[in-house]
Amino acid sequence: MPRNMSLRDFDWVLVAFVLIICTLGVIEIRSATLHTKFNGVHVKQMYWILGGFGGMLLMSVLNYQMLLEKVHWMYIGAVASLMSVLVFGQKYLGARRWVKLPGGNHFQPSEWVKLILILAVAKYFADLQNRELSWSDFVKAGAIVGVPMLMVLAQPDLGTALTYLPIAVVGLFLGGISWKQSLAIILLAGLAMPLAWHHLKDYQKQRLVSFMAPDNDPRGAGYHVRQSEIAVGSGGIWGSSSGSQTHLAFLPEPHTDFIFAAFSEEHGFVGALGVLLLYFIVLMRLTQNAQTAPDRAGTFIVMGVVAVLTFHILVNIGMVVGFMPVTGIPLPLMSYGGSSVLFMFLALGMVMNVRMRRFVN
Amino acid sequence: MFGRDEKPSPIRLTVVQYVVLAIFLFLAYGLWRLQVSQSDYYSAAAERNRVREVPILAPRGKILDRYGRTIVDNYPSFTALLMRDSSRDLNSDAPLIAQGLHMDVKEVRDKIRRFASLPQYQPIYLKEDITPDEEAFVEAHKNELPELDTIMAYRRLYPRKGFLAHLIGYVGEVSEDMLNQPKFELYNPGDVVGKSGVELEYNQLLMGTNGSRQVVVNSHGKEVGEALDEKPAVPGKPLKLTIDVDLQIAAEEAMEGKNGAIVAMDPHTGEILAMASRPTFDPNDFSVRIARSDWAKLVNDPDKPLLNKAIQAQLAPGSTFKIIMSVAGWQEGIAQNLQVHCNGSANFYGRNFKCWVAFEHRVHGDVDLTKGIYQSCDVFFYTLAEKLGIDRIAKYATALGIGQRTGIDLPEEATGVMPSEEWKLRNFRQKWFAGETISVGIGQGATAVTPVQLIRAISAISTGGRLVIPHVVNPSNLPQGYVEVGRYTEVKNIPIDQNGWNTITDAMSRVLLPEGTAPSAHVPGIDIAGKTGSAQVVSLALRAKHQNNQDFAQNGWFVGFTPRRNPDIIVCTLFEGGEHGKLAARIATQVIKAYVDKQKRQPTSVAKAATSNRKVEIGALWTSSGEGGPADKLNGGRIQVDLSKKAPVLATAAPGLN
Repeated sequence: MPRNMSLRDFDWVLVAFVLIICTLGVIEIRSATLHTKFNGVHVKQMYWILGGFGGMLLMSVLNYQMLLEKVHWMYIGAVASLMSVLVFGQKYLGARRWVKLPGGNHFQPSEWVKLILILAVAKYFADLQNRELSWSDFVKAGAIVGVPMLMVLAQPDLGTALTYLPIAVVGLFLGGISWKQSLAIILLAGLAMPLAWHHLKDYQKQRLVSFMAPDNDPRGAGYHVRQSEIAVGSGGIWGSSSGSQTHLAFLPEPHTDFIFAAFSEEHGFVGALGVLLLYFIVLMRLTQNAQTAPDRAGTFIVMGVVAVLTFHILVNIGMVVGFMPVTGIPLPLMSYGGSSVLFMFLALGMVMNVRMRRFVN
Repeated sequence: MFGRDEKPSPIRLTVVQYVVLAIFLFLAYGLWRLQVSQSDYYSAAAERNRVREVPILAPRGKILDRYGRTIVDNYPSFTALLMRDSSRDLNSDAPLIAQGLHMDVKEVRDKIRRFASLPQYQPIYLKEDITPDEEAFVEAHKNELPELDTIMAYRRLYPRKGFLAHLIGYVGEVSEDMLNQPKFELYNPGDVVGKSGVELEYNQLLMGTNGSRQVVVNSHGKEVGEALDEKPAVPGKPLKLTIDVDLQIAAEEAMEGKNGAIVAMDPHTGEILAMASRPTFDPNDFSVRIARSDWAKLVNDPDKPLLNKAIQAQLAPGSTFKIIMSVAGWQEGIAQNLQVHCNGSANFYGRNFKCWVAFEHRVHGDVDLTKGIYQSCDVFFYTLAEKLGIDRIAKYATALGIGQRTGIDLPEEATGVMPSEEWKLRNFRQKWFAGETISVGIGQGATAVTPVQLIRAISAISTGGRLVIPHVVNPSNLPQGYVEVGRYTEVKNIPIDQNGWNTITDAMSRVLLPEGTAPSAHVPGIDIAGKTGSAQVVSLALRAKHQNNQDFAQNGWFVGFTPRRNPDIIVCTLFEGGEHGKLAARIATQVIKAYVDKQKRQPTSVAKAATSNRKVEIGALWTSSGEGGPADKLNGGRIQVDLSKKAPVLATAAPGLN
């Protein structure tokens, strides 16, 4: 450990809350998969968490300034990896997201790219000399995020592509975007909507439609929304004693996308609100780390992580309670899935990285 | 310009924090909405998800004959299913499944592929009506093939070889068209209902009501745990027909290899004792879904196996109509005194009308009503027709039910045609030509009857005017209020002069004697009265030219009854392409013989009394010796026998001893 840093600088409070959330996740995964063919995956999740924890430690050791200097190479590497998915990727469930590695493992670049993107955006805005953004800065920032986003969109993976947006949004906001520029974005987005709709795939369109009117097709696309609402609602205030929706397989994907619905059914309003509180504490803690960051870049890095985390929570839990259409975006730290867990812990590692150097000048 | 170390505006950072807070409050509201505010609604929805009503199928009522013997029953049929909710690779299991269910592997894989796009909770129906060994296979492989399962449903079991097929009918799933009709609005899709025959006519009685079980299911439809509530099924009620299976067997045997129809009826009540139509079909083919190729074959067969010819074949009655002519002629006072000379033909309205004897190079000579009937003289009836005129003929024929539905309790009965001036005006907007009456007189022309119409008309004549409504179910065997009982027991009285009745029926009983047209159909010991008919399909001249064309062959008719007045049974046969009525007669008399033989086997009243109260009184005459010899005296007396004491078995009473 380099000097001026000690284990005390590690944000143990943050780690503690994160691990509490992870534990709740593991318990819920176990409960939800008890009598299904996914029985036993909670053990895998624990391995992922352990691995992630290790990754986090590793990440925190490297000096982030050093990473930032190399960010250009990393960015190129990220784009290249996305390209390789488009060219060599295997179609699974109708989308090319993975590349098969020798040894039978799968490699999903889009999550790694997110990490690199946070760093890239941070570096970009940190290097800007002006208090406000010029139009060319604005466009360049857009391109940095936009290019990988479009590549992910081409896979097609609308959900993951959208998770890149908050990085850009927060970066722009903190980077000094003006009202006029914000308005320009909103107008552009508004104009782009019909175009976007046209380019949406059928199943994506169907998801949006069924989001608006889930009862139109209760056995099809509206099914997930409806079942989630029923599961959550039947939890009542203290939780449902039978947990029937989860346990009798009415709730789809209870261990991944809909883990929060499963949890809410079993632990009711009290439990669900509790978890929300935990996430909120985590986010506030992260923001605090942003405020105490030694430099501009550090702040951007941490806020980038905050943005991604908040976006995931908003979209996932929003979907679970019926406020958002079904998107397949996992709930960080709770949803079963190696890529998501690893990403979170590495991102936290970067935050630790920044925090631990807060006294360094 | 600021340095690398200048932090982003702290205000903006705080704004971000508040945005995050707002998002979380938004999500908390979402939770509150579902879990606190509308919690009851969602709890109920959750219940509805997991509690399902599973139907308990009600078996359909059996169909019995008049003595309670089973004709149609149900059997439990098993269908093999493939569940798709497990994680097993169905395609790799396919060869084993195919082997066990005796299917082609390709067929199994095809089915899996075709169902792949449907929701996972829907099972794949692999094979219907599986055999016991296939059932055993499924049970034995519960571990290796957990995705395989069976489901049971009751299916109809009909007699083999199309026995009574047309009268019974068949069942099938209710179609969309049927559901739209008000009659069927209480039925659900997937319900099995009667599609023809009594299965259709009495469907409400036979069908029963499905029960239900409330069970807890998971989203794959698999039952979990015990049933919460059970409503038992109400089985369908059995239907007792008026058919006598013994007579039906005789009728079907008699019609073997021939096309047409045969009907046997009780003239006093109108109860149908036997009804067969040929060619026939196997209603068991319909029990499990009928193959499209089989259906096409049935529908496209020119001999029309699906048609119940007894009630749906509308053909010219030929000479059988002469009996109706006779009644019309007698009631109008013409026939009893009519004398005609038949030398093979006669001229009417400038045309020459032949009598059938001309083709045998004979003549009838002098003919009166009686000879006209037993020799079926065409010239006599041409003359009678001309004298009566079409409207008077139509009046009597219509009174006897010709040209109208009989009202029999079977669906799709045909009306037939009784021509008249009014009929021709209405249907062809043309006037009736007097010349057309001539051919009507011998049962040709536009006249068309169904066997059941003909038998009803002749039956009325044989009973001296009792016009009954033929039916296949005795309303007293139906539950209260099921049908209007009066509908089938109502009997109309057609006034027929007593002398006319005697003369005509006596003449009819000579038809089967050597001087009649069907001597070969005579049955020793039974007094059968009847009338033959050879109905032309094309003109006689054309027929003579195309002797070998089966399509032009005449239809043979016969209606006969025994005894000659107030008969116990009447039989009508239609022998399509049979050429001569006497061949039809032979078929009918076979059934009559079977009936009489059966009657003879019934216990006599003495024997009946013996079984009921064990005391019998019989009258007796015996001789005893006297002065004149050993058999001089004749004694009479009454003997009382007490059968409560076991007596040795004696010979049964001779037939006819009352």
